Amino acid sequence: MKPRIGVYICHCGANIAATVDVEAVTEFAEGLDSVVVARDYKFMCSDPGQNMIKEDIENLQLDRVVVAACSPQMHEPTFRRVCEEAGLNRYLFQQANIREHCSWVVHDKEQATKKAKALVSSAVRRVAHQEPLEVRTVPATPSALIVGGGIAGIQAALDIADAGYKVYLVERDPSIGGHMIQLDKTFPTLDCSACILTPKMSQVGSHPNIELMTYSEVEEVSGYVGNFKVKIRKKPRYVDESKCTGCGVCSEKCPWTADSEFDMGLGKRKAIYTPFPQAVPNIPVIDTEHCVYFQKGTCRACEKFCEAKAIDFEQTEKLVEVDVGAIIVATGYDAFDPSPIYQYGYKRLDNVITGLEFERLCNAAGPTGGRISLNGGTEPKSVAIIHCVGSRDQNYHEYCSRVCCMYSMKFAHLVRDKMGAKVYEFYTDLRTAGKGYEEFYNRVLEEGVILVRSRPPEVVSENGKLIVQCEDTLADCQRRIAVDMVILSTALQPRADAEEVARLFSVSRSADGFFLEKHPKLAPVATMTDGIFLAGCAQSPKDIPDTVAQASAAAAAVLSMFAKGTIEVEAATSVVDEELCSGCKTCVSLCPYNAISFLEDKNVAEINDVLCKGCGVCVAACPAGAITGRHFTDKQILAEIEGLLADTKPPLVAV
Amino acid sequence: MSKNGQQIAVEGYSVDGYEFVEEIASEPGGESILSCAQCGTCSGSCPNVLWMDHSPRKIIALARAGKREEVLSSNSMWCCATCHLCTVRCPKGIEMPELMHVLEWMAIREGLVNGKVSAPAMQRTLANAVRRQGRVHELGLMGRFFLRTNPLAALKMAPVGLKLLLHGRLPLRAEKIEGTDQLKAIVKEAQAIGGGK
Amino acid sequence: MKQYSYFPGCSVQSTAVAYDVSVRAISASLGIELIDLEDWNCCGTTAYSSIDRLESIAIPCRNLALAEKKGLDLVTPCTACYRTFERVNSHLRIYPFLKPKLDRVLAAADLEYHGKVKVRHLVDVLLNDVGVKDIASKAVSPLQGLKVAIYYGCLLVRPRVAFDDPENPQSLDRLLESLGAEVVPFPDKARCCGGSLVISNVGLALSLIAQILESAHSNGAECIVTVCPLCQLNLDAYQGMVNSRFGTRYKLPIVFLSQLLGTALGIEPRTLGFERSIVSPEKVLAGHLQEGV
Repeated sequence: MKPRIGVYICHCGANIAATVDVEAVTEFAEGLDSVVVARDYKFMCSDPGQNMIKEDIENLQLDRVVVAACSPQMHEPTFRRVCEEAGLNRYLFQQANIREHCSWVVHDKEQATKKAKALVSSAVRRVAHQEPLEVRTVPATPSALIVGGGIAGIQAALDIADAGYKVYLVERDPSIGGHMIQLDKTFPTLDCSACILTPKMSQVGSHPNIELMTYSEVEEVSGYVGNFKVKIRKKPRYVDESKCTGCGVCSEKCPWTADSEFDMGLGKRKAIYTPFPQAVPNIPVIDTEHCVYFQKGTCRACEKFCEAKAIDFEQTEKLVEVDVGAIIVATGYDAFDPSPIYQYGYKRLDNVITGLEFERLCNAAGPTGGRISLNGGTEPKSVAIIHCVGSRDQNYHEYCSRVCCMYSMKFAHLVRDKMGAKVYEFYTDLRTAGKGYEEFYNRVLEEGVILVRSRPPEVVSENGKLIVQCEDTLADCQRRIAVDMVILSTALQPRADAEEVARLFSVSRSADGFFLEKHPKLAPVATMTDGIFLAGCAQSPKDIPDTVAQASAAAAAVLSMFAKGTIEVEAATSVVDEELCSGCKTCVSLCPYNAISFLEDKNVAEINDVLCKGCGVCVAACPAGAITGRHFTDKQILAEIEGLLADTKPPLVAV
Repeated sequence: MSKNGQQIAVEGYSVDGYEFVEEIASEPGGESILSCAQCGTCSGSCPNVLWMDHSPRKIIALARAGKREEVLSSNSMWCCATCHLCTVRCPKGIEMPELMHVLEWMAIREGLVNGKVSAPAMQRTLANAVRRQGRVHELGLMGRFFLRTNPLAALKMAPVGLKLLLHGRLPLRAEKIEGTDQLKAIVKEAQAIGGGK
Repeated sequence: MKQYSYFPGCSVQSTAVAYDVSVRAISASLGIELIDLEDWNCCGTTAYSSIDRLESIAIPCRNLALAEKKGLDLVTPCTACYRTFERVNSHLRIYPFLKPKLDRVLAAADLEYHGKVKVRHLVDVLLNDVGVKDIASKAVSPLQGLKVAIYYGCLLVRPRVAFDDPENPQSLDRLLESLGAEVVPFPDKARCCGGSLVISNVGLALSLIAQILESAHSNGAECIVTVCPLCQLNLDAYQGMVNSRFGTRYKLPIVFLSQLLGTALGIEPRTLGFERSIVSPEKVLAGHLQEGV
């Protein structure tokens, strides 16, 4: 039976109609084989346009629809839905792009019209060969995995858990809290960071829906959206979590110390330790590198003093497997290490410190009890803060780390507040684009902080002082300013293991090294891998308000999936004809989505419908021609080509 | 770095530039120097900026860089007509003319007044007249001012003066108020409290 | 009759005597009684602020102390005096620590000031106390399409004033339109004339004056109306110098608002001080006056 095709030419306002003679194209379409009706309209995607199609399907018994309009990227889903609503399978629709591929790139009206006719002819011939396909749904596991226990992970976990769904929160460090818990006060309100974060951490620790796995890492991820299988490696704490009461006596009695990572190396911790007093969970870990028992076999003081008998030197790592429907990657950032910048003297000159180091010094719970002091123990009388260290720099990171101007001014305020010392801030541009940020800048100015518009080329040591050399670009003069302490406002950069993590979760990275979102505006928390989302600084540097907002956004995307309960599987996938398959396995290694598995018992390849993206690599590669790409069959593609070349001389003979 | 043996002076031990800003900020009208964002709106608005050594924004930048002498000896504040166009447009609400007057006062106090400007002499002449008589007598004022600063300039202004005289707009006699004693007392007490010449 | 303490200011009694004369001439017709402040002293304008910061407040404050005793609003036609008094009041408001110092200084002269005097510019009184409608209704001799450029001057509307916009004032436009004048567009209407810089930096001031004259002239003004004695002096007495320096041929009469108001109110022109102008308004006003100047 001949198909009954309806063709609709969209004007798209003036976008198409100004260049393409839409009436002529419509008339041309009317004359094409199997075309029952051809119409044109100003905006096919609008309600009247859509209704036009629906009515024709019903009244004229159309069984194929072609819309010549914008790119399918824009409106293929729209028109497919229209067809379905009128009772026609969505795969019996084809869109011809006469906008992005025609009216927007061809300026000559005659040529554009000619091309539009070719594109329409192509779509009409193709659609005649299209077959209805079944859209399957698979159930989604209503639980989520969140990787990273910083503020982003914590917020997302709470949002999803509060909605009644199960969350696995995996954190590499012994405690959740991320970098935020290291901070002293947060801008612009100067809220104490721990005060606003610990309640959330505590909530996470005691939430019935959150399974918190700290000191753990994700080993392997397999599966697909709605049905991920994740292997998690729980590193041994050597402390029995079920017995430990968090009393802290073990740490007290432990005679062995190490540099505290939490305090940025400025303070010490014990070999058995919790990173900070408000740790969640409040269960210590033993650092085997510094624990004398693990190194030499002696001591065991912690075991001796533990009343709960929770020390377990025999503990081994555990491998846990969980099933989840969605994953949120919220692994945060690393602080830039300014050692390579020789001229700033970090680790070379005394009293040159980084932003995070300053946060620890300033923090009342830090290694100096909140006293900002120099190496010798005295308080600095003057402090220089240098912006953009490692940021906006071709040599290190091209991007702007967004938060440093604000945290630099925050430091300035804290120094003025605590000690009344002179503060010089060296900046290139001041970025205070956030709620309350400009007002904070005004406040800092009024507090007498000295802003010097300059990017200092170097810091040197002279007569016991640190001299910051610079050109004051506003006063147009060279200056050498002597200070006691220099704080380097370091960049936020991707984690050192970002590459491995990206591979683990099948996410891409942008040029700056952070994880890549699906689309910066249309899908900022999704990734190209369905079911895997991003939140926080793992995606790009941002402040806490934006991090929390993004975490909630990711949680909402996840909850939307859970609420639906099922995942729709795109039907335009590829399928192996077992009769034709010779078992050569060529396709298996070629599939970029790991969608093809080899059935040993049958000696044939099998394509997972849900993982398959219909890219067609296997179809092209199969030497036996055993794989068919649904909705992209040879017949359909060749018909398309025929249509494009129908007008050429000599006319192409149909295959 | 250096030039002809001259090094850049180091601020922070012996040469501490910020004291200059603190001094300005401690004077009523001068505290706004702290709020400046260096946007340049004032300079762009100023009708007299082309006559100034340094634009208003630059004056603040120099002050913040501790360039006391350069700021106080510039002619910039003496070119300020107090028209407040800058004030109205400043995004940080700084009343620039007030700040300029503070700098004028500091320049006079420290003997750094730019040699080429005659405004200080004019102000001094006017102030003395008011202190003594309570009124300003234009003819006398002009006479005294030009004699003090530039007698030749008086010649240039003579035609204008003559026209005004002929139209009865330049009284020949100076007026004096009754309450000159009150003015004397005010001046004496003010100088006793605050200093200034 | 609404009563006000009247502060003419030094210029208004000398170089701008036409202003004083015309203000007094129109006050009765407009229902305002201006009572001269007894034994007032020169306000000092901006001169003092560089000489002695405290004196710059105290010297003008003597007038405020005297006016406070009378309990009336203090009106001045001189914009510079207006701003000087405003500065005293606002300084006392913004810097409360100045009050004890000021009190001490005033006490030495047996004076005291409690910040109660409301200082008004004549324009403010005309617009808001008398009102445009009232003035218009009293006009007997409309200005019949006289093309005027209204020169507000800088300090009338800046740094801030309640009755008009600091960049694009329009309040007086309405007044003069209601009196029959044609108010021409005048982009430089609130730009500075140079003020006292005409003495200490004549080149600078002449450039500013030239710009204002050009702006009015190129928009077709037949005369410029001012409300400040310094502005009138600069634009009028120095017009000749502008012409010789810049090769222009301006012949724009600069009249005081009160003079034009008086004309419209039908007051004898001879009592309005037109003869004091250097650039004579005779020809321009001839067609618009009931009787010749």
